[in-house]
Amino acid sequence: MLNFKLSSVKFNATVLLGATLMFSACGGNNEEGANGEVAGTVQIDGSSTVYPVTEAVAEEFRAEAPDVKVTVGVSGTGGGMKKFTRGDIDMVNASRQMSQSEAEQAKANNIEYVELEVAFDGLTVVVHPENDWVKDITVAELKKIWEPEAQGTIKRWNQIRPEWPDREIHLYGAGVESGTYDYFTEAIVGKSHSSRGDYTASEDDNVLVQGVSTDPLALGFFGYAYYDENQSKLKAVPVDNGQGAILPSLETVKDGTYAPLSRPLYIYVNSKAAARPEVVEFVNFYLDNAPELSEEVGYIPLPADRYKAQKEKFNQFAEGLKK
Amino acid sequence: MTNSEKNRLKDKAFQVFGIFCTFIGLVVLGIFLFDIILEGAKRIDWDFLVSLPSRRASRAGILTAWVGTIWILLLTTIIAFPLGVSAGVYLEEYAKKTKLANFLEINISNLAGVPSIIYGLLGLEIFVRQMRLGSSLLAGALTLSLLILPIIIVTTREAIKAVPRSIRDGSFALGASKWQTVWHQVLPASFGGILTGIILALSRAVGEAAPLIVIGALAYVPFTPSSPLDEFTVLPIQIFNWTSRPQEAFLTNAAAAIIILLIITFMLNGIAVYLRNRQQKKIKW
Repeated sequence: MLNFKLSSVKFNATVLLGATLMFSACGGNNEEGANGEVAGTVQIDGSSTVYPVTEAVAEEFRAEAPDVKVTVGVSGTGGGMKKFTRGDIDMVNASRQMSQSEAEQAKANNIEYVELEVAFDGLTVVVHPENDWVKDITVAELKKIWEPEAQGTIKRWNQIRPEWPDREIHLYGAGVESGTYDYFTEAIVGKSHSSRGDYTASEDDNVLVQGVSTDPLALGFFGYAYYDENQSKLKAVPVDNGQGAILPSLETVKDGTYAPLSRPLYIYVNSKAAARPEVVEFVNFYLDNAPELSEEVGYIPLPADRYKAQKEKFNQFAEGLKK
Repeated sequence: MTNSEKNRLKDKAFQVFGIFCTFIGLVVLGIFLFDIILEGAKRIDWDFLVSLPSRRASRAGILTAWVGTIWILLLTTIIAFPLGVSAGVYLEEYAKKTKLANFLEINISNLAGVPSIIYGLLGLEIFVRQMRLGSSLLAGALTLSLLILPIIIVTTREAIKAVPRSIRDGSFALGASKWQTVWHQVLPASFGGILTGIILALSRAVGEAAPLIVIGALAYVPFTPSSPLDEFTVLPIQIFNWTSRPQEAFLTNAAAAIIILLIITFMLNGIAVYLRNRQQKKIKW
């Protein structure tokens, strides 16, 4: 009748194979490459918003230093920070700054690090293209819409501005786990992670694009890249912070006039990692190529002098470690 | 209308209802497949299968993702198959019907309904951190094994239960021990059912992204894993990542990757169905 021999033989063979490979895989990760070039690994995790930039840099870096293995995960800014502050990874992608509690965690684990800005993202306020009443919106009005007190009370367009129609308003925004949500609430409501809860939330910006583009009464916000790719289906609303209504664009985000909704994206580098030549080379390569690559994947580069400042900051940090 | 005519009408009505129910699932699947194939089939070529991830949708490939998925599948099978089947055999054939057995039984059924991300958190703490496996294939496979063990155990038990009492009695009457009876009679007779359970379980495992993201599976890995301790990515993570990108071209890539994932699942199921049919032909009572 049946024999289970086949599967048990396969089982033994694979376990043996696994065990042998385990030993071979435990080699160091900081050796010099065959031809004197840098080799090793750079482990990165964190924000899925920053991911496309880091992926692009890692891809180009492959041609520059083929012996360096750069890996990138997408466990979110919060998830990435948890690993980073435990010392599990070399670098973390972050769509917001490290929080107080994360910094304390890092300190408790003796993790030192440097924070670097790599690009801008302009959070864009959007409505349906058929919406002909919203020509601009002030920061105070956005606050009125999104603050926690608005829950259940601000439900119609004319409650925000009397000349707007007496029709329902449908809100779409980033899910509460995302760095985008943290940033938006900080900039608009004034307190991070605090807003009304009765809106359509999604961590996936494409879902929000879909929602706003099919709902004439919608108002939503998400990253500039998602607006840029879907301009025919959406209408961006100029935001007025007291100095005139400004539309997000490459120029207005870059020169800082589109405020307060343009935000920097960050990478953080662990000090132990920054002592390794392959990491130093990668970070420098990152900052050299971020202007071009961040724009290619839909973000907005920092002004040139700001990249220079980031590079100086990093290299001083790396030099300081040698002493 | 006579009574028998009424009953016949009811019978007919239920038959139509049954066909309708069957078609709901199939039609939804059909629409999904049609949509995906329409969108993704044109993107699949050799380069797509052997290229590394890239920021340019047209140059991006899924080499590391599908190799990772195959690795995960093999390792998960190797780990979960013996564990799950043994546990099922024990519970069905050996365990006395005590309170403890009852307690185990209820909990195993409950485990089958736990959200997969919870298994991810469990795997992160136990395999990645305590056992220091890191975000490796092995840690991922162990996590997914936990996830599918309840399904394998439950289906193994059902399959064993279906073996007629008379077969066991016959075996015992010929002087066979319990172990001989289980190994030579019960397991071969129930192998088809067990295999079906494993197919279902692995088909679930192959589509999981959430628990693997939690344990630290990557999205960008420029090398294919060469040992169970290497870092990895899998197709569902690649698909998830591409569907959340702003550029439309990445959605096409995601559709193409879904087709590959479906092909892997179908091939897996094909192998299992083949094995099951071969096995069933051998059983003659």
